[in-house]
Amino acid sequence: MAKQTPFHALHVKANAKMVDFAGWDMPLHYGSQLDEHHQVRKQAGMFDVSHMGVVDVQGDQVIPYLRYLIANNVDRLVDGKALYTCMLNEQGCVLDDLIVYKISNQFFRIVVNAGTREKDLTWMRQHAEAFSVTLTERNDLVMLAVQGPAVNDMLSSFLPADAMAKMTSLKPFTFLEIHDWFVARTGYTGEDGFEIIFPSSQVPELWEALIKAGVKPCGLGARDTLRLEAGLNLYGSDMDEAVTPLESNLAWTVAMEPEDRDFIGRTALTKQKQAGIKSRLVGLVLDGPGVIRNHQKVLTETGGEGEVTSGGYAPTLLSSIALARVPADIGSTCFVEIRNKKIPAHVIKPPFVRNGKKMFSIEREQQ
Amino acid sequence: MSNIPDNLQYTKTHEWIKKDEDLITIGVTDHAQTMLGDLVYVELPEVEMHLDNGQECAVVESVKAAADIYCPVSGEVVEINDAVIENPQLVNEDPYGRGWLVRVRPFDKKSAEFLTAEEYTKVVASEAH
Repeated sequence: MAKQTPFHALHVKANAKMVDFAGWDMPLHYGSQLDEHHQVRKQAGMFDVSHMGVVDVQGDQVIPYLRYLIANNVDRLVDGKALYTCMLNEQGCVLDDLIVYKISNQFFRIVVNAGTREKDLTWMRQHAEAFSVTLTERNDLVMLAVQGPAVNDMLSSFLPADAMAKMTSLKPFTFLEIHDWFVARTGYTGEDGFEIIFPSSQVPELWEALIKAGVKPCGLGARDTLRLEAGLNLYGSDMDEAVTPLESNLAWTVAMEPEDRDFIGRTALTKQKQAGIKSRLVGLVLDGPGVIRNHQKVLTETGGEGEVTSGGYAPTLLSSIALARVPADIGSTCFVEIRNKKIPAHVIKPPFVRNGKKMFSIEREQQ
Repeated sequence: MSNIPDNLQYTKTHEWIKKDEDLITIGVTDHAQTMLGDLVYVELPEVEMHLDNGQECAVVESVKAAADIYCPVSGEVVEINDAVIENPQLVNEDPYGRGWLVRVRPFDKKSAEFLTAEEYTKVVASEAH
């Protein structure tokens, strides 16, 4: 029996096509995935992301614990700030990507992926034994992402003015607590918006208020095309336990400085750097017809081979795009093998789209 | 649930077939377009191309997946629906009308028989779990 979030009945009532996602019965779309995609780029949409795990980490040694547990450095954080990071194994490979929120020196909140939450919890508990910390899974809370350029306008139509003023003052990757809401200016779409963690008892009331304000429910389908356009990695597709962040366009999330911070995976990453990084994750824009799909082969100009990790159609760009793991020496163009045909593509550095706008330009050769 | 008109014939692979005098028109069923989700790309054969029975004659790709469309007869392509190449969502909006894909003149004048609406309804029902 698939697990259900507290939003489940509301999804069904909104005519969602439900699918299994990591053991959860979740909405794929509520009629049209494309409409939902455009809704978030142009107006505002909401996503039930309560299948993700919320873990509170508390105690005197939270900071030393997290300095050791994750690849990014929590020393960078002031209270009220969030950090995107990978959690690595000893081989330097990615166990999960997560967001860490610093509430205080003794209290952090971590949000982990749905598909990895059991594995993550086991790993986190195992490494917590050496520290004075307690881990609490917050199954009493739900998480709703409200995303799009019209979010502030729509939320202000029903939220109290003082709460709204606090929320709009939030900078990207910061958060605050308003009564029993935990509001972060984060997301997975490339648009402005909030991720709100709140008690599950408030689910029906907030859902109805958001719909009345013009925010439309959006499913996992649109969530995937939006995050792909935004060039944001998906755990399990773009990185997993077979690769390191350095091969996943995530070197920026690994804090090698200060050199004396010992974190899990550090030794392996240092070795990999010394040996040279042989592959990297890049963006592809298809020049020819068709749609790039996961696991299709990428052929470089010099005879190298890579693999598409996330491929699909970009509704904002009206073309097909992908993230692909390719030989590090790839040039500015390549081919993707689609249904036994080699289709030309350009190599770009993600993102493809931010705040509704195309973020790359391709210089076409004159014919 | 899905719309399965009585005046058409069907295949197990979710194509619909409409017979008009010596031509047949092929498209994908309402059930198929629902399962695929929003279509974003359609590839059709060249006019005058000769197709074998069971040969891939078109590809429809949605936000989610690609699906091959198989020609249910041997014959020659006489017309393709350019409108769905421009606007693949016509297949979602009107799968039995403006979303048609290919028109073929069968080589064999004897009219082949396919699944009736009633038989296809059972195929769809057997896929639901």
